[in-house]
Amino acid sequence: MNIAAFFTTSYLQHALIAGSAAAITAGLIGYFLVLRAQVFTADAFGHITYVGALGALVAGVNPLAGIFLAVSITAGLLAVAGGPRGGADDVTIGATFSWALGLGALFAAIYTTRVTGAHDGRASISYLFGTVLSLTTTQVVVSGVVLAIVVGTLWVVGRPLLFATVDPRLAAARGVPVRWLDAGFLLLVGLTVGQAAQTMGALLILGLLAAPAGAAHLLTPRPIAGMLLAALLALLAVWSGLFVAYALPDVPPSFAILATAAFEFACAGAPRVRRLISRRALVHVAG
Amino acid sequence: MLRYPFMIHALAAGSIVAVIAAVVGWFMVLRRQSFAGHAISLAAFPGAAGAAALGWNVTAGYFVSCFLVAGILGALGPRSQPGTPRESAIVGTVLAFILSCGYLFSALSGTLLSETTHTLFGFIFGISQAELAALAATAAALLVVLGVVGRPLLFASVDPTLARARGLPLRLLDLAFLSALAVASAEGSQITGALLVFPLLVLPAAIARDITSRPAISLLLSIGFGLAAVWIGLVIAYATSYPSGFCVTTPVFAGFVVTRLLRRRERGRIARQVVTSP
Repeated sequence: MNIAAFFTTSYLQHALIAGSAAAITAGLIGYFLVLRAQVFTADAFGHITYVGALGALVAGVNPLAGIFLAVSITAGLLAVAGGPRGGADDVTIGATFSWALGLGALFAAIYTTRVTGAHDGRASISYLFGTVLSLTTTQVVVSGVVLAIVVGTLWVVGRPLLFATVDPRLAAARGVPVRWLDAGFLLLVGLTVGQAAQTMGALLILGLLAAPAGAAHLLTPRPIAGMLLAALLALLAVWSGLFVAYALPDVPPSFAILATAAFEFACAGAPRVRRLISRRALVHVAG
Repeated sequence: MLRYPFMIHALAAGSIVAVIAAVVGWFMVLRRQSFAGHAISLAAFPGAAGAAALGWNVTAGYFVSCFLVAGILGALGPRSQPGTPRESAIVGTVLAFILSCGYLFSALSGTLLSETTHTLFGFIFGISQAELAALAATAAALLVVLGVVGRPLLFASVDPTLARARGLPLRLLDLAFLSALAVASAEGSQITGALLVFPLLVLPAAIARDITSRPAISLLLSIGFGLAAVWIGLVIAYATSYPSGFCVTTPVFAGFVVTRLLRRRERGRIARQVVTSP
């Protein structure tokens, strides 16, 4: 295996740049998602990107445009349907994206039979599970732009957003525009998922949002440190995943990335679980 | 249409899946465990792909992996109530990881392009007589078990604190419910595909609970909506040759949107009355 080639081959460079951008964005946004217990919302956005991409293919438009249009519409709908917590309840979210997936199946069927004439569902698979090793320059640029938007927005509204997340009532009483922040946050989640969907795929992006952020929340209660840690753990997962996929060509990169991320989460949770088990054993012995 | 055995089999299998999904989904909506339900229902994908890769019986693969995920969530679950950050992160990680395992198995066994779409989106028009019999037997067993634990489960779901005080085994009931989800998912996935079990779990129950808050009636309504969705959907799919997943989910989603909007208007009217009355 040629280590130098890992950094110089053009498709791997694309994967590393876009993957790193996706990792940092997903780590930062994931930190807030976990804190707000809204990972299910991100799950919905992931499924929506599939519908957007396949719909765009059927209409003959650029799939990226379809993805970002679909996530923006969804963010708007969820913000309108939202309850007191800004996000819609789990039943509304589940009902909506589960139907959207049926719509995706329809687009996939139309696309594979009428547009391409091939019946192997190749387009479905690549949008469901990601194509990190065959990214175009446009996709890499879009990743960078979304990273800049997310980091810039969080730089400006990060503190009020954190306040509104931890204690929405107090924040509202102090004049923080909680509803607008909630809606804006949904849009940021949509952008993040849309961007990362190209690398991780509609179904797998969820892991990159949930696992590093979940681990960071277990490791530190301090917000800034937690956000940076989540981004760092996500970066680590993407890099090691890409490297494993490069070393073992049979292993799909998105699997390797997610396996690393899940392993990080498990490691962060392990001491806690062990403590709980030993405490329960003590209670058992004492009782 | 009913002259074709494949259509009769599809209607029968679809009805069985609709009933068990509606019953289990009704409890899922009540317990606010949609996210966990989604994770368990998707576990069917790695199960099928893994069984194909290892050369096992595919049905066994569905059941083993759905139960495995239900077990993992059950073991990690009790300290992380639905709707907490911890639960959110755990379920998200488990869900994405099992899907990526399915992707890995399909890639390794070389069935990625030929089988994956079927496993994910189902193939309701290809069910045999034997599969139908197995489906019916498992569904009957599941309904009997739910008939026994249904009342305590309802109690524990509505008011866990009071249920614990009355000595109900909450932990056991939680596991029983997750196992029921696993059975319904493993059954349903073979018919509708792993990605489209979840609509049958959540949509009929969501409509029924918007219409009435009385448990028995909304449970029956949920079953009715599930059956109606499958029947209408299959007839449309037969007539138009669009994918059955789309045809089944669309009428029931339309029903959901209509009831939600009606309920919103109703609430708005009540709120205005309260405001205007002295």
